[in-house]
Amino acid sequence: MDLSDSVLDHLRHVAALPDLSGTRYELESEIGRGGMGVVYRALDRQLDRRVALKVVDSALAGEPRLIARLEHPGIVPVYETGTLPDGRLFYAMKLIAGARLDHYVARSPSLAERLRVVRRVAEALAFAHSRGAVHRDLKPQNVMVGEFGEVYVMDWGVEAVAGTPAFRAPEASLDRRSDIYALGALLRFALPASSPPALLAIAAKAMNLDPAARYSSAQAFLDDIERFQEGLAVEAWSEPLWHRLRRFGSRNAVLLWLLAAYAGVKFLLFFLRSF
Amino acid sequence: MNKILVGLLFGLALGFLDGATAWFYPETRPVIGGILVGSSFKGMLVGLLSGWFARKVNSTKWGIVVGAALGLLFAFIVAAMDATKGQQHYLEIMFPGFVVGAIIGFLTQRMGTPRSAALTEPRP
Repeated sequence: MDLSDSVLDHLRHVAALPDLSGTRYELESEIGRGGMGVVYRALDRQLDRRVALKVVDSALAGEPRLIARLEHPGIVPVYETGTLPDGRLFYAMKLIAGARLDHYVARSPSLAERLRVVRRVAEALAFAHSRGAVHRDLKPQNVMVGEFGEVYVMDWGVEAVAGTPAFRAPEASLDRRSDIYALGALLRFALPASSPPALLAIAAKAMNLDPAARYSSAQAFLDDIERFQEGLAVEAWSEPLWHRLRRFGSRNAVLLWLLAAYAGVKFLLFFLRSF
Repeated sequence: MNKILVGLLFGLALGFLDGATAWFYPETRPVIGGILVGSSFKGMLVGLLSGWFARKVNSTKWGIVVGAALGLLFAFIVAAMDATKGQQHYLEIMFPGFVVGAIIGFLTQRMGTPRSAALTEPRP
């Protein structure tokens, strides 16, 4: 009997679907797939809630354990892990309703909003680094911005993953400094075309080809972004004098106006007394 | 440094500088010492009250308004005292006093440790 290509494709697709019999989950649809596995939207029948179910090769067994160790508001929590009848591993995570960072940025949010997202990512990364975990594949596709503005970093690093070229540090072995590189690339990606030079300098410093010349930690990167937002000089950029003066002026505009008002009043009174 | 101390210091400095501008008026030069002392004291009072207000209310706008109002009030008192000696300098004293008060009010809002932060600071 001959089978048409479409029937074969369908059979291949059905065969690849995870067999969730014996679990509390019911498959609904595929959300996405990558080198590390496939993510499905599933229904947790027991608790009557939707979850993100990730099915990975058994070689990646460390991933759910790694994420479970990282309890942080910016890291997607793992609910449960298990093994499928075919030996593959699955783990259920919180299903985030929102947009990936690349889709989110395409909606042209404000600069402050873009920086807020990058800061949340950096905070999650700083936390993970403090727990000895490294992401290894930070990119816009692995950052979700929820409906209420919450930010989650997903797909935490597995040794087998080599990173995504545009966001991957040039060094051979990936470590914390490689995550800093990816964070810089993420910042540059999130910035609009006409961004302040101080922010571009922060991204450039984080993306320095020499790991030792990058920020020493995600926290140091965060601190520099905070300095920019507070109108202070950033560590990554030695700004020209005119720029420093302009920054001082905009940071102290109210005080300068008050001093100018005082000088104006004094001059006025001084010249008025002649009349 | 707490906000009251910030207010006192800036009040003293700005009050002194404001008083020192009287030197540009030749008729006031013989009494410049008294003006400097009085103006510094007035500045300190405005600073003290603005600093106290800044500990209670965290608002740059209201800090400026309250500082300006206090500056105006104390300048009026000084001008009225001056008027009893037969000299009418209401405009010359109250106008700058109003702006100096606004500056002190602004500075007490922007500088110094807020009370809540001071209370939550870890002790060694």
